[in-house]
Amino acid sequence: MYTKRIIPCLDVKDGRVVKGVNFVNLKDAGDPAEQASVYDKAGADELVFLDITASSDNRDTQLEWVREVAANVFIPFTVGGGIKTVSDFKAILREGADKIAINSAAIMNPKLINEGAEKFGSQCVVVAIDAKKRPDAEGWTIYKNGGRVDMNIDAVEWARRAEKLGAGEILLTSMDCDGTKSGYDLELTKAIASSVSIPVIASGGAGSLKDFYDVFDEGCADAALAASLFHYKELEIREVKEYLKDKGISVRL
Amino acid sequence: MIALIDYDAGNIKSVEKALDFLGAENVLTRDPSVILNADGVILPGVGSFGDAMERLKGYGLCDVIKKVCEKGTPFLGICLGLQLLFDSSEESVGVEGLGILKGKVKKIPDAEGLKVPHMGWNDLSYPSKGRLFLGIPENSYVYFVHSYYLEAQDESIVKATTDYGTLIHASVEQRNVFACQFHPEKSSEVGLKILQNFLNVVKEGK
Repeated sequence: MYTKRIIPCLDVKDGRVVKGVNFVNLKDAGDPAEQASVYDKAGADELVFLDITASSDNRDTQLEWVREVAANVFIPFTVGGGIKTVSDFKAILREGADKIAINSAAIMNPKLINEGAEKFGSQCVVVAIDAKKRPDAEGWTIYKNGGRVDMNIDAVEWARRAEKLGAGEILLTSMDCDGTKSGYDLELTKAIASSVSIPVIASGGAGSLKDFYDVFDEGCADAALAASLFHYKELEIREVKEYLKDKGISVRL
Repeated sequence: MIALIDYDAGNIKSVEKALDFLGAENVLTRDPSVILNADGVILPGVGSFGDAMERLKGYGLCDVIKKVCEKGTPFLGICLGLQLLFDSSEESVGVEGLGILKGKVKKIPDAEGLKVPHMGWNDLSYPSKGRLFLGIPENSYVYFVHSYYLEAQDESIVKATTDYGTLIHASVEQRNVFACQFHPEKSSEVGLKILQNFLNVVKEGK
């Protein structure tokens, strides 16, 4: 049986894993490769690393930890953050990453999706979307620069366009739900997942076992991402998977 | 020494790192004499069938691959590296594959609720015992990324299958020639065990 995926997300700054409970107080939780290896053993299906250093002169540090992760962890992993050009793609993929996530760069230069897909295959190109409900509550718009700038582009429309340009996957973060631990944005996830035929990774809001079930069942997501929940061991991946299996969702156990 | 055939395939680094992790001496190469003299040969691959065949031809590797398979060197094709061993693919109509094994590569048909590419973890069934799967229980999960799938002509060479709306021949073994549609180098402990099993075949082949 083809399975739904559970994906821990690790934020990396200057080559070290951090996860901001709030973004002012960054806690240093260590080495990316070690963390990744722990998650692999814990049953993670994939990993997403977001480099929040967001400075391109940090590229060498980035390549170094990507290389270390790839040498120690044998599950697929995605790297995102500050990737702007096809040559950035190439450098990171060459170190052993499997997929590249692009967000603001894709919004500013949609051709990047196309170029990345043509050069390395669609399976390498993850378009990350930060979406927030419109103030008038009619649909969602996408934001760039880490959720700071409203692009006033409809999220569903953007996801469709990304697919058409060659994206292999959508990593969808609900800005309304992110950090709340009150559940994924089911409405948003379903709206996107039913509009594209590429897999959608839901992100933002996971707080309980039931949230994972809901995002697969009602939200129609293909994968669910969570960060602090796993990072601070509020839930174990295996526990989430066993719960999902009991409820009839196919998972790798 | 394992020769990893270097023809600019996407996943080559991951395979190399998995071999390093397992302590297997390996070399990334497109030098015919190195490939012909290796104890084992791996053909990785991500990309399109037509492009890959063109590059193999361009580097003069088609005959080299046929020769190592004929002379009994343990050989492992991974993902596109599996597909290239067969006659043809619907992905690149009119392009001839290596034709070392008999069968066709077809487009995964659309099925309700299943997306193409088939990307993610799926479990294996064993139609017959294969050396790559020694010690790995049936229904173990491995990682797939592909839009085209193998239908081998001779089903007796099929050692693992998976179900994705349609039955996919996920691994084959014919004498010294092995291949996996999935990515053992990305399939966690199960995948490493599969690679180790291949390395064991290489060791015995010595």
